Amino acid sequence: MLKIEGLTAEVEGKQILKGVDLEVPAGEIHAIMGPNGSGKSTLSYVLSGREGYEITGGSVSFNGVDLLAMEPEERAAAGLFLAFQYPVELPGVGNALFLRTALNAVRKARGESELDAMQFLKLARERLKALHISEDMLKRGVNVGFSGGEKKRNEVLQMALLQPKLAILDETDSGLDIDALKIVADGVNALRAPGFSALVITHYQRLLDYIVPDRVHVLMQGRIVQSGGPELAKQLEAEGYASVQAAA
Amino acid sequence: MPAVTETIDTVQSVTEGAYKWGFETDIEMEFAPKGLNEDIVRFISRKKNEPAWLLDWRLKAFAMWQKIEEPRWPAVSYPPIDYQDAYYYAAPKQTVKPRSLDEVDPELLKTYAKLGIPLKEQAILAGVEGAGETPSEGGRMPVAVDAVFDSVSVATTFKARLEKEGIIFCSISEAVQNHPELVRQYLGTVVPQGDNFYAALNSAVFTDGSFVYIPKGVRCPMELSTYFRINAKSTGQFERTLIIADEGSTVSYLEGCTAPMRDENQLHAAVVELVALDDATIKYSTVQNWYPGDAEGRGGIYNFVTKRAQCRGRRSKVSWTQVETGSAITWKYPSCVLLGDDSVGEFYSVAITNNRQQADTGTKMIHVGKRTTSTIVSKGISAGRGQNTYRGLVRVAPTAGSARNFTQCDSLLIGDQCGAHTVPYIENRCMTAKVEHEATTSRIAEDQLFYCRQRGLSEEDAVGLIVNGFCREVLKELPMEFAVEAQKLLQISLEGSVG
Ligand SMILES: Nc1ncnc2c1ncn2[C@@H]1O[C@H](COP(=O)(O)OP(=O)(O)OP(=O)(O)O)[C@@H](O)[C@H]1O
Ligand SMILES: [Mg+2]
Repeated sequence: MLKIEGLTAEVEGKQILKGVDLEVPAGEIHAIMGPNGSGKSTLSYVLSGREGYEITGGSVSFNGVDLLAMEPEERAAAGLFLAFQYPVELPGVGNALFLRTALNAVRKARGESELDAMQFLKLARERLKALHISEDMLKRGVNVGFSGGEKKRNEVLQMALLQPKLAILDETDSGLDIDALKIVADGVNALRAPGFSALVITHYQRLLDYIVPDRVHVLMQGRIVQSGGPELAKQLEAEGYASVQAAA
Repeated sequence: MPAVTETIDTVQSVTEGAYKWGFETDIEMEFAPKGLNEDIVRFISRKKNEPAWLLDWRLKAFAMWQKIEEPRWPAVSYPPIDYQDAYYYAAPKQTVKPRSLDEVDPELLKTYAKLGIPLKEQAILAGVEGAGETPSEGGRMPVAVDAVFDSVSVATTFKARLEKEGIIFCSISEAVQNHPELVRQYLGTVVPQGDNFYAALNSAVFTDGSFVYIPKGVRCPMELSTYFRINAKSTGQFERTLIIADEGSTVSYLEGCTAPMRDENQLHAAVVELVALDDATIKYSTVQNWYPGDAEGRGGIYNFVTKRAQCRGRRSKVSWTQVETGSAITWKYPSCVLLGDDSVGEFYSVAITNNRQQADTGTKMIHVGKRTTSTIVSKGISAGRGQNTYRGLVRVAPTAGSARNFTQCDSLLIGDQCGAHTVPYIENRCMTAKVEHEATTSRIAEDQLFYCRQRGLSEEDAVGLIVNGFCREVLKELPMEFAVEAQKLLQISLEGSVG
């Protein structure tokens, strides 16, 4: 599904990723943990094609194609979804319109028929209900005036609608109450399938009680320095990153 | 197919971003000789079979025009216009009324089709006998249309239906013939002949335009709409619109405009006068899409327009909504003179300048009556090397006790070679009045674009979505079906502005 080899990247002339190697097979969910500033969000932006992140080496293949050669919207159409650490506000743009435009853009690129307003509303309501999110969320401007938790919920809703093949969740659990945490976990678990993979970036083992990862990786100073099973997350929670540092 | 979808489809069908109304129609035209002098004024008046008072009125305007200096204060620049090097009268030649669409000049029909006017209305516009007396199918709200082709109004639809309500909707030339007392009573009472350079020019040589009269207590049952089209080469278009809403009446009027692509500049100097009497409401919406010139700034329409409303009656209300996407240069300040106590003026504007377009637009709200209120919402979008100026005046006379104004001016910049300017003038001479002004300038942020693109939107769709969000407060004021069209237009006008 996703294969990252020797990936190096810089931001404003500063090297942040210093040779990331990571493979996520189809159907697996991997967690990435690591101290603040270690490059986790940078990795998610590089994978999704954000401007200003210059790739200086390495390669990324996504289901056999060269991901780095694609425009951000092409990556989205190919099934890559990023739940932002800081979701962006779009004043005046209705959330329902935004979600429908996004969904139709992706459907169109995949050769599927576009949904009209009624069809979309029906689908959106189903997803909202499954995730226990209030319908009011559709009526408001995209993320405008949303609380931190509402923004994260909105990301999960978008993921549920867009049905990605690879979801990257960048600290989607941060700042969430326990109910919201379950919504995020439900959102990911509902997508679990042989053709779905996820990279879950988190600081807290707590989320991983609900989304049980196949592998846990530690990203430090721009490199994956340790990988293991779910127990690695528990160890980090107990001992912090010092132990990893010593080992690395 | 209902007109709405048909129109939208027409807009959607062109995605290249080039000006799609840039075609030229090859039909037989009748011209007056080039140039401007008293004889041309007389020629136009004679052609239109006008009464002596109107000829005198025109000649007086012409005399005034010769004495007025062309304004140079707007923040726009253009080479001097040679007013002698233009035609002031151009009309499609067609003498006998056609009996069916087959007899109509096919070129004219093609033009309507390209403009996105539904077939049924095309027949009516082309003057086919008997067409247009029944509402179109599909159960949609009918829209009565008056089409002005170069100088001459070619046809008006739904006339009989409107007449039943006592509503007069016709070309101003027809009104001069059939309702001379109304025209004479109101013409030039809102925008006098000598008001400004372009208004004087228009008063001397106006060749057509629309006329609307809504009688007492009547709610106009449908949208009234005019399509303006400049086709002939080297012609100016000087249309004159006069709308009178009598006591307690209500009307919503929409104006749409296009012109062919040419590398020379063409002048459009219209005058629009609105009169609202006691408890009357006029809603005037414009979707202006004249040819803006090419990316280098060659060609395009000079849109120098005087639009003014008088809220003469108590509790009268005038609302201007404009979406200005076209023209090389726009110079336009739809205004409200709030004379009647408790009268209300509103101005909602979206103005886009891309490439080398320049726009100096805004409004004037003149508060005279007591407790008069006005609202101004202006959204300026600049892209490419476009220059966008909001210029507004709020004047409160000492008589306007407890008057209120609220102004909101927002500018959005796309790229770093464009400009946005806000020039608000406030003259408040009333102690109990309250005038508020808010202004913001913003850019489309990189993170907003990336967020949209990550969700699968192309960069252009993302810009379109964000711009439409920025303009939402104004777009929601437009009649439903035109709002959709306006959204598409905004996006088309901004194509090529990013990346
Ligand atoms: N636009 C930028 N300009 C300069 N430095 C940047 C920029 N973006 C990221 N960085 C730097 O890159 C490093 C990695 O940042 P990144 O956001 O990827 O960390 P992170 O692992 O996601 O941290 P956190 O856990 O706090 O979210 C940090 O030192 C950060 O300051
Ligand atoms: Mg981060």
